[in-house]
Amino acid sequence: MDELVKRLLAGDKRAAARLLTLVDDQDPSVGRLLGQLHPHTGRAHIVGVTGPPGSGKSTLVSKVALEYRMRGKRVGIVAIDPTSPFTGGALLGDRIRMGEVSMDPGVFIRSLSTRGALGGLSRSTFDAAMVLDALGCDVVIIETVGAGQSEVDIARVAHTTAVVAVPGSGDDIQAIKAGILEIGDVFIVNKADREGVERVVGELKAMLQLGEAVEGPGAGGGHAWHRPILVTIARDGEGIKEVVDALEAHRAYLEGSGARRAVEEERWESIVHEMLGDHIIARLHEAVPREEFESIIADVAARRKDRLVAIERLLGRIMELECRERHVGLTHASRDRSRKASRAKGTEGPNAAGKAAGSRRAAKSPKAPKAPKASIPRKRRATRR
Amino acid sequence: MPKDKDKGRKIRVIVAKPGLDGHDRGAKVVARALRDAGMEVIYTGLRQTPEQVVEAALQEDVDVIGLSILSGAHNYIVPRMMELLKKAGAGDVLVTVGGIIPEEDVKALEASGVRGIFGPGTPTDAIVKFIMENVRPRATA
Repeated sequence: MDELVKRLLAGDKRAAARLLTLVDDQDPSVGRLLGQLHPHTGRAHIVGVTGPPGSGKSTLVSKVALEYRMRGKRVGIVAIDPTSPFTGGALLGDRIRMGEVSMDPGVFIRSLSTRGALGGLSRSTFDAAMVLDALGCDVVIIETVGAGQSEVDIARVAHTTAVVAVPGSGDDIQAIKAGILEIGDVFIVNKADREGVERVVGELKAMLQLGEAVEGPGAGGGHAWHRPILVTIARDGEGIKEVVDALEAHRAYLEGSGARRAVEEERWESIVHEMLGDHIIARLHEAVPREEFESIIADVAARRKDRLVAIERLLGRIMELECRERHVGLTHASRDRSRKASRAKGTEGPNAAGKAAGSRRAAKSPKAPKAPKASIPRKRRATRR
Repeated sequence: MPKDKDKGRKIRVIVAKPGLDGHDRGAKVVARALRDAGMEVIYTGLRQTPEQVVEAALQEDVDVIGLSILSGAHNYIVPRMMELLKKAGAGDVLVTVGGIIPEEDVKALEASGVRGIFGPGTPTDAIVKFIMENVRPRATA
């Protein structure tokens, strides 16, 4: 086990911070390190918080973290902001609103940028949550980039997803799009001191009931869980206890109903799919030189080649590479096996016959005396080396 | 799929205003310039204690701490912060200071480990260049 991982498991925050960087930078060591972490994760309750910009998510998350702390839980926060598509840089502005918990030793806050990923999360978000899980956080809150219809990745990463809405955002129905409704386990209307709270709550209720009517009670999607709509003024700390009560209730529901296991397995399936895809593409570029790959693409683009044909061909090249690599491995193993068998009989391997100095074909005979014959194979072994 | 410029290391910077400064226009200008240069910038806001800045710097594993101090409190705040950083084993973090720093205080600041001191009117390009040239190498396991 790497020193860094040992320190993380012992609760060392610096080790956590360094691991988070390596994960974020997709450092080559990450696969190995995450593999060492894996058995020590799966305990933390992962809560996703998503909603449009300006809905007060960061302040809400900070207050929720405080409440969790009062209940004796250790909290990790992953706060995600968008990377500029033009410069590759980012202003990570969530931490600034979490001043209340920033010096609490039981809270760890990490700001991440999306780094080109779509869906509101960075590619490293889930792994970041795993690092905080292994550090010892009981709850990991992931605050994601303001929601649109594409920002539903959070539901694949989190056990419990909280959707935050805010009154007076103009076209209220548009602010609460269909995709978001489906992923939410808990709904929060923040900034409830503003005009229009009842309207938003009413619209949410109507849309949730519509969703449930279509799917029917007892159908998939956790309909044994009745999704609460909570009202908060995060800035003043109002409604926060109820939010944490609801998050805890959902956690208990997931564990009690066995749905947590199903959520985990769905998530891992999706991760394994993604990683497999990445791995195959990496192998592709090892198997096929860049110029050749580009020329195949050019053929498809010019309609000289059919894309399925191109894909079959590329897949074939990957498989050839795999076979070549594995075949070399197999050859060594089979040679070792037959050497072992021959030594037991007092003979060398199958190639010995051809290399015999004299007519030691008797080497194949099981009745041949062992002592003198044994010395020749040993010498031969020595010269081979 | 992330584009190539999104892969790999990004320089992470904390822009902090320790002490009792009232406004942060300059710090925000610098923060935006660093973002435009491709860095990830965490702006911690006004009225930070040295302890808060260092704790944030550690959790965020930043490569650079950019302090903005207008109040004249640099002679207390900066050495205190450098001491905390060293104690935490983060002595390789690049620390730069901007704001109102009188000429006679520069030497003492540099002696405490500060590597770049940028007064009012410093072009943001110069700050970006300085960071790029002086930042520590990429993190390893």
